[in-house]
Amino acid sequence: MKSLEELKAIRDKARQNINVRGESEAAVRIVVGMATCGIAAGARPVLNAFADEVARRGLQDVMVTQTGCIGICQFEPVVEVFAPGKEKVTYVKMTPEKVAEVITEHIVNGRPVTKYTIGANQ
Amino acid sequence: MYRSQVLICGGTGCTSSQSLKIIEAMEQEIKAVGLENDVNVVKTGCFGLCALGPIMIVYPEGCFYSRVTVDDVKEIVDEHLLKGRIVKRLLYDETVTDTNDVKSLNETAFYRKQKRVALRNCGVINPEIIDEYIAMDGYQALGKVLTEMQPADVIQIIKDSGLRGRGGGGFPTGVKWMLAAGNQADQKYVCCNADEGDPGAFMDRSILEGDPHVVLEAMAIAGYAIGASQGYIYVRAEYPIAVQRLKIAIDQAHAYGLLGDDIFGTGFHFDIELRLGAGAFVCGEETALMTSIEGHRGEPRPRPPYPAVKGLFGKPTILNNVETYANIPQIILKGADWFASMGTEKSKGTKVFALGGKIKHTGLVEIPMGTTLREVIEEIGGGIPNGKKFKAAQTGGPSGGCIPAEHFDIPIDYDNLISIGSMMGSGGLIVMDEDTCMVDIAKFFLEFTVDESCGKCTPCRVGTKRLLEMLDKITQGKGTMADLDKMEQLCYYIKDNALCGLGQTAPNPVLSTLRYFRHEYEAHVKDKTCPAGVCKKLTKYFIDPDTCKGCTLCARQCPVGAIEGSVKQPHVINQDKCIKCGACATACKFQAISKR
Repeated sequence: MKSLEELKAIRDKARQNINVRGESEAAVRIVVGMATCGIAAGARPVLNAFADEVARRGLQDVMVTQTGCIGICQFEPVVEVFAPGKEKVTYVKMTPEKVAEVITEHIVNGRPVTKYTIGANQ
Repeated sequence: MYRSQVLICGGTGCTSSQSLKIIEAMEQEIKAVGLENDVNVVKTGCFGLCALGPIMIVYPEGCFYSRVTVDDVKEIVDEHLLKGRIVKRLLYDETVTDTNDVKSLNETAFYRKQKRVALRNCGVINPEIIDEYIAMDGYQALGKVLTEMQPADVIQIIKDSGLRGRGGGGFPTGVKWMLAAGNQADQKYVCCNADEGDPGAFMDRSILEGDPHVVLEAMAIAGYAIGASQGYIYVRAEYPIAVQRLKIAIDQAHAYGLLGDDIFGTGFHFDIELRLGAGAFVCGEETALMTSIEGHRGEPRPRPPYPAVKGLFGKPTILNNVETYANIPQIILKGADWFASMGTEKSKGTKVFALGGKIKHTGLVEIPMGTTLREVIEEIGGGIPNGKKFKAAQTGGPSGGCIPAEHFDIPIDYDNLISIGSMMGSGGLIVMDEDTCMVDIAKFFLEFTVDESCGKCTPCRVGTKRLLEMLDKITQGKGTMADLDKMEQLCYYIKDNALCGLGQTAPNPVLSTLRYFRHEYEAHVKDKTCPAGVCKKLTKYFIDPDTCKGCTLCARQCPVGAIEGSVKQPHVINQDKCIKCGACATACKFQAISKR
């Protein structure tokens, strides 16, 4: 260890792995429906794609997690995005290909991708 | 990136109930369902709630699973990790709300009032991976000290913070460092006292097991502050997990250049070696500890000279306790004011207590100084089980004393505890209910000190032995009132004349029980009874002839054949044969057998 910068670089890299532990108020939560209906419709690759994309971009305070059946099985895979102080956004019929766009537009730039949301699919 | 983290306690408590096997099974199951790149299994240090071990926390949901067994692992993987369905039956009941939601662990009674400073990384990071410690701002304080601060500035911050020694004495840490820094010598030493010997106290072990790097970082900071380049950690060999994790931590710190030569390119050199103690209680005393590190028999020597003047190998030395060190890096990073904002006027910061005895939540808690005993026992500790009444709390182990119910609302800090005849000690807190005999408790601690007395000075070697004999006489119903006075005199004699802290404090359990529970001693002496029904020589079991149905169960249970009587007739206990084991009372289905 020759400098503080070197230490900080290790810290920032290692933090990615630690971040998910404990509760962070500011966290954006990306919740993937992983009940039988979701898994059958292909939710697992979607979940993995979200986790990979968040890691690739090194996003802090973004949590990727899973939940049970939301109750709209015909729209699976369903993904909900919760951001503090904002209304919940529900994406439906998600695929791994759509993930990068959602992360870039919605999570990073704050503009929900309305064409994939439940409103556009009804 | 892992989307989920499964934290499993690898502390001594949970390890003893198979947590390592659970980790192994977890890793296998996760692999079997193909989640090994999604889910990270982390072996952490102690979470504190040892009564509920083995403990597992699954993030990001923050589910707190308690008393997990190897058989539960498959269900957790299949349901929770694969399908996202929380396994509710394993959740700690206090984390489930009325509406069946999972609430945060920090909202439960056990954690709500806690403030984790020394224990902040325990149960959060994997202690065997240095990167996880660095992720929690580890070694930042050392970097800051070496690159931005003068040694005198470091000492000033520690002084301003008001940090006092957590090993028991409560000596201001900054003053200790200043004294050692002021003495010129070709070599100085930084020592860490990890010879935790009080029965029931295990906070130092948990810190070493859960966050070993914090101790290394703080010792290096201390080395810079006083001008030392060598540190020693004196840790007891009975803590194998702590020893192993310290070894790993020292190796990793060397590999990263955080110990050794030219740390952070500043030319500062610091190294740490381990010394294993053989488990003698007296080696927790500072002069005995240093004598032991030097390779001699662990015996104390008179002070002065104090270690800051003439310590290890005759050189200026500072010796701090594990928990004291665990506070240092955060004081450096967050400032003296932050630390001093917690606690009472003369006792700043937090203190870790090991809750044990007759209490629901056995485990480790860290609370701001000034929290009342009532809050610790009733709220955090969950109260006394089985509806029993609180009688006393014992703090400070064999050197401390008992706090009776009348002082239940006293704010806990160094000076308050001394004013009521107890002491902080290293932080063992043993709760006793109405079924505890105070004379027996005093005898228990005296037996410990008699065993552990090193024998160098007569007041301790002979005095504690005589004291124990008197206590033994009283518990057998052979004591006289004159014995009580003689005992008290002997206590003060030992306190005034013993060579080291062990002897000087050894009579404390007797003195404090005499002070608050003299009536119990008198009951043993005058009435020849033990009010709590503990002292075997003074209790008798009786069968109530009206309640006894003559079922013969007690007679069949009795190991010495002391119960006589025929079927459907009330039975009688032959007091000459009875060994007072209580097996009959436990066996009786009609509560016909009582103890008097």
